Parts: sequence; C-alpha cells; structure tokens
Amino acid sequence: MRDAFARGFCKAARQHGNFFLVVADISPAASLDDFRKEFPTRLVDVGVSESTMIGVAAGLALRGFRPFTYTIANFTIYRPFEQVRVDLCYQNLPVVLVGIGGGMSYSALGGTHHTIEDIAVMGCLPNMTILAPCDPLEVEAAVMAAAEQKGPVYLRVGKSGEPAITAQAPEPFEFGKLRRIADGGDAAIIGFGPILKLGVDAAARWQKETGKKAAIYSAHTMKPFDQAGAQALLRRHSKVITVEEHVGLGGLGSLVRLAAQESGSRTQITTLHLRDEFIHIYGSQDDLRAAHGITVETIYQALNG
Amino acid sequence: MTEEKIAAAQSRCRQYRRRILEVSQRLTALHVAPAFSCLELIDCCYFELMQRDKEPKDTFLMSKGHGAMALYAVLEAAGIMSRVDMDSVCQPGSQIGGHPDHGLPGVEISSGSLGHGLPIAVGMARADLELGQPRTIYVLMGDGEMMEGSVWESLLLAPTLGIANIVAIIDHNKSIARGSIPINHPNLLPLAPKIAAFGWEVAEADGHSQAAIVGAIGSRSRTKPFALVAHTVKGKGVSYMENKPIWAYRSPNKDEFAQAMKELAGAGGAA
Repeated sequence: MRDAFARGFCKAARQHGNFFLVVADISPAASLDDFRKEFPTRLVDVGVSESTMIGVAAGLALRGFRPFTYTIANFTIYRPFEQVRVDLCYQNLPVVLVGIGGGMSYSALGGTHHTIEDIAVMGCLPNMTILAPCDPLEVEAAVMAAAEQKGPVYLRVGKSGEPAITAQAPEPFEFGKLRRIADGGDAAIIGFGPILKLGVDAAARWQKETGKKAAIYSAHTMKPFDQAGAQALLRRHSKVITVEEHVGLGGLGSLVRLAAQESGSRTQITTLHLRDEFIHIYGSQDDLRAAHGITVETIYQALNG
Repeated sequence: MTEEKIAAAQSRCRQYRRRILEVSQRLTALHVAPAFSCLELIDCCYFELMQRDKEPKDTFLMSKGHGAMALYAVLEAAGIMSRVDMDSVCQPGSQIGGHPDHGLPGVEISSGSLGHGLPIAVGMARADLELGQPRTIYVLMGDGEMMEGSVWESLLLAPTLGIANIVAIIDHNKSIARGSIPINHPNLLPLAPKIAAFGWEVAEADGHSQAAIVGAIGSRSRTKPFALVAHTVKGKGVSYMENKPIWAYRSPNKDEFAQAMKELAGAGGAA
C-alpha cells in the first residue's frame, strides 16, 4: 500500500502541481524517489517533531500549497492531535494526513505503533474527511480523491504486501460512497482497510461450502459516511456483517447500526471489531486480529449465524 | 524613528489602551492586561516594520492569542478591522471573540492555544522560499508560551530549513496565569541564550519603547531567523494593573475604569 500511495501521489502531484510532502524523520517508500526527482524542493523533513510537522503543513497550506504529511499513523494523528484539531480542522485547511501502518500493520512493534482508535478520534472532528482504502488499487484512487478535498483529510493506509481485492470490482471507487467490490444476494460484508481481505476469504469459503453468495462492500470513505448507501444495503440484505481493524466505539459497526436504527431496519447485523483492550500479544497482523476475535473463521461463522 | 513618529506611536498606544478598556466595560471578563504588554510591539509591526501596501505583503501571526484585544485595536487603527467589528467583540452573535480566528479581517491564524504560531510561520516561510517571495513573517508570542514543546521544535527546525524571513517577537512580561516566571519557572530564563543556541539571531529590547523595538528588528542581519526578546510589563499603562496576575482575566469595574482612563489621558492622548 505504501508503494501504491507513492504511485498515486506522484501522479496526483504532476496533475495538481502544488503538492508538498512533509515527513517527520521517516524515509518515505523508495517509490517516492520519483517525486523527489521531479520535485526536489517539495520534500520537507521536520525531524522527530510531529506537532511541528502539522504546523508546518498548515503554514504551507495557508500559502496555497497542498501538503501531505507522512509518517506512521499513530504519530501522524495522536501525538499532534491538538495541531490537527486547531491548525487543520478549525482553520479548515487542505492538508492530507497520511497514516502509514493503520490498524495493527506494525503488529510486532507493539501497542505504541498501533492505530486502532483513529476513525473514532478523527471522525469526531468537524471538517475532517477520512479515507481508508482496502487495497493498493483503492489507495491510488483515494490519493486522487484526497487531493480534491477543500479541507483536511486523514488517509489511513497499511504498509506493504496487501493483496489487491478490488481488481474485479463491479463498481468504481467513488468518493463518499460505499463501494460494492463483489456481488452476492445472501448476505453483505462491509469493511474498510486491508482486513476486508478476511471477509473476501470467508465469503469464498461460504460460497464453496453452502453455495450462498455474500456481497462485499468497501467503506473506503469513513467520513463523510455514506449513510444512505448503508441504509439501501440494509434494505437489500437480510444479514449484514461489519469487519474492521478498529475498536467498536466510533467505528464502522457503530455507523451501520446507527444507519439501521434511523431507518428502522430489521436486518440482522453482526459487528466484528477489535476489543476495547490493549492486548499484549505479539506475532503477525493476522495473529493479533485473531487475538481480538477476527479471523476468516469468525466471519464465516457470522455468515452462517 | 523620528521624535515626531515616536510621539504619534505613543499617542496611538494610549488610544489603544483606552479603546480596549472601553470595550472591556461591556464584558465581565476580557484579557486586558496581556493585551497591554504587547501593544507597542504590534503597533511597531503594523506602522513601522511591515510592508503592507504592496506585494509581497508581510505577514503578522498573533500566536499569543490571549493578546487578541491588542491585535484588534491595532487592526482597527490600521483600517483593517471596522469600528463596528471592534465594538462587537464577544457580544452575542458577533463573529469576533476573545481569541483571534482565521478568516476575520486581518487575522491570519486561529490562536488561543499556545505554541501554534511558530510552526505555522515555519511552514509559511518554507513556502515563501519555494515561491521566491521575500516577505517577512512576524510572529508575536508570549513568554509563558515559550514553555510549549512545539515552540522549541520549530526553533530547532527553522535554521535547518534555511529560513531567514521570520521575526519572532517574545512579549517577555514575566507573568503567567499562576504567578511569575522568575519565581515559578526560573529555568525558562534567560530566554535569549537558549534561542540563540538553536541557531537564531537574538536581540533584547525594551518592549514599550518604539525606538528600541524598531531599532533592534531593523538592524537584524537577515541571514538567520530572528527573535526579539522584548521586556514588557503586563498591564502596562494602568498603575493598578501592572504586574498583577488577577488582571490577566478580569475587566475593570466602573471606578477602576474611570481611574484607568484618567491615567491614560496623558499628554497628547486626548483622542
């Protein structure tokens, strides 16, 4: 996803011409070399100073540039939270906050490097837009969409090696809309970020073992959330499962349940999310997801439930 | 500065104080004293130092947001903020409150939370390098604000980025909400050598003397970012307010108002 970001970023930078990349002592993906070559004066490394990274980006934006800040997601939004709130959201400036390693991508690095509350924390800020693409293909589209926004954007991406799951999607990426990436009439799985791959695998197993088909939706735009789209989806399906690498409160499950409640939907909803807990277990990203109760198996069980 | 210019500036500054006191009478709580320590500093920026009439225009950032009334008074005198707007500060329905908001006439950034102005100034200065626009960015900060980590992050960064067009002005009134910097946080002092150690050019001056302020800023080398540690008095100009922490927050009552106006009537001050 980092490489996909770099590709999308370079492409959008050529198109827009006013980009800056502001990093806080992190080496951007090697694939950002193209940007460095083409725009050698547009990369600023502020050092280990995330609060200043946001302030500098605000200053650049006030002068007419569109800065992208780039570091690991937790450092992008948690350390400088007040700068994000005041400098970017309160002043409504077009700065894109790129959070690498969203969720538990840096699984073995521990809780300091996990970002499992970001949608809730960024989602409650007025003026903030949140994009959380599910695979490298969506990352490129999300960068393009981020560059079109008039206010601040939080772009949550993973790190590397995430599989493409939207190559055959029946619907294109459209900002602010839930995107159907696989058809099915017997249930729907909605998720954001690369954990949606577990949903794709669970749906494949469900189809193989029961002959039933689950539609898959990518909630790549978490704010503004496509409430009308969610309500339409709830009308179409009798069973909906949300999957997210994020705590329950303020996440996708909350939003879908709210959409259901407001439309009087009686659809059966299962929300799979991280536990309200800092777990002290190490291993792969899938190991940590499993420790939180999210696996292909648990999604499969929800489909059968 | 000529004697004539200095006298005119002193007269303006007395008028600002009267104007702020006048507005304060409509409110129970207003940051009056924190505004009084930085009036000469802001007035010098707008009337002596900044290029305001042609491009590229200089920028003023009020990082010390609780000095908002000082900024508004100068903006009003400079014809940037209207009298009606100034009269409406903090009134129901007004767009203008106790701290500056980005988007108001002449207000470049939203402040009120400390430690935000200097990082933004660094971003603007970096943009100016890219744009090839030689403008100066003035940032007014409080001395208590100098305890914020983001200030030191930005002090560290600005010279690294080759920035030389920032003039940071520190309103060094030695007062903070809970008392006095020399007593409560003595290790913050002295400020000047600490800032110089971060690669800045630094000067100190009497922050209520127009000649000293303009002289110090005007004679900077322009090869590095520049900081002026301006020694000031909180509540300057009103005897009972000077260096009294309570006046950080409250508005004077009727009798106190009358006394203050009398003290500020001084020579050449009848406006």
